[in-house]
Amino acid sequence: MGQKGLETLVGFFILLAIAGLVMLAFQVSNLTISQGSNTYEVKAQFDNIGDLKVRAPVTVAGVKVGQVANIVLDPKNYRATVFLRLDQSADNIPKDSSASILTAGLLGSNYISLSPGFDTQFLKAGDNISETHSAIILEQMIGQLLFSVNKDKAAAGDSDNADKS
Amino acid sequence: MIAFVQRVGRVGLSVCTELGRAGFFLSKSVWRKPRSGQKLHLLAHTIFNSGVLSLPIIIVSGLFIGMVVGLQGFNILNKFSVTSELGQMVALSVVRELGPVVTALLFAGRAGSALTAEIGLMKATEQLDAMEMMGVDPLGRIMLPRLLGGFISMPLLTIIFCAVAILGGELIGVKWLGVDGGAFWSNMQSSVDFRLDVINGIIKSAVFGVVITWMAVYQGASSVPTAAGISHATTRTVVYSSLIVLGLDFVLTAMMMGGW
Repeated sequence: MGQKGLETLVGFFILLAIAGLVMLAFQVSNLTISQGSNTYEVKAQFDNIGDLKVRAPVTVAGVKVGQVANIVLDPKNYRATVFLRLDQSADNIPKDSSASILTAGLLGSNYISLSPGFDTQFLKAGDNISETHSAIILEQMIGQLLFSVNKDKAAAGDSDNADKS
Repeated sequence: MIAFVQRVGRVGLSVCTELGRAGFFLSKSVWRKPRSGQKLHLLAHTIFNSGVLSLPIIIVSGLFIGMVVGLQGFNILNKFSVTSELGQMVALSVVRELGPVVTALLFAGRAGSALTAEIGLMKATEQLDAMEMMGVDPLGRIMLPRLLGGFISMPLLTIIFCAVAILGGELIGVKWLGVDGGAFWSNMQSSVDFRLDVINGIIKSAVFGVVITWMAVYQGASSVPTAAGISHATTRTVVYSSLIVLGLDFVLTAMMMGGW
């Protein structure tokens, strides 16, 4: 095999590796070349974000329109400030939309769902989503449920005693 | 008692000497004045030898390892009825661990041993000495292109291994066992991070490539120039570089998990 054939094979080898890298980047890890111009950031404050993580999806009606860019604790009112990076294609979300933290499935990860409002003005970069619903913490819910069940039982027991006397 | 301590001391000293020699050997071969492109064809030759000729074994073993991980993962995940997470499991285990480590072990066996044997034979037949007599520096002419060829080939082979293994996992999971293709890829994409997983895997493989090639070329150059000496050197290359790869893998993983 001459020098040319050898170099061609080496070239094929390198091209194959580059194709593999492209596959790993875009098909496997969903690398997005995010330019600042194609997204805009809004923020929302929550009482409790539960298990929400950076890079969690932001959806409208189940369609992904962006992701969580950053989460910080507001030092003044002890609420969590979540920065949402939304795609420029979803630039028509009304200003009075509400954000809620939901869980995908019973054991899934948390995500943010935006419910559109009726305002004719749209969200712009730097805006604040004022109406928010915190994450539902399963333990708190079970605690409340047990508490209310006990209360019902106690009330029922009281009325039984009242009947007897 | 004293004899035992003395033996420990001798072993320690010889290990240190060997390490120092190997270090000087590497630095002398690699850090030299770059001469014009006349050595590029030598580099192409060594990339062909250690990279292109390793492709069949890398692709076949990548395919089978991906398929096995897919099959094993499916059976485990099926117990929790979360087979849709199969893609994530295959991709993470291949990209983070199996890809770099298995490629490195195969590379040590396929390319490292060949390098050692080649250089050892050159030494045994006094080709290296003849070169020096002609005024050609064997470090630059023989060692440097082989070292660089190994450094370049190893990450490329790892990338190909990972891609093929993930396709193998998809073949088993989606085509054969009936996991939903969309869930397979989207769960994979949402959990694999390009920098944290893919790039770290490639960094690992680059480190392994340096260590294996260095070990192979040094063992060849320092081998005893006899038939038995060459065979010992070849064995040492494969055994030592496999052990070093596994040890370094733990250290690198601990560093990467700890966030440096």
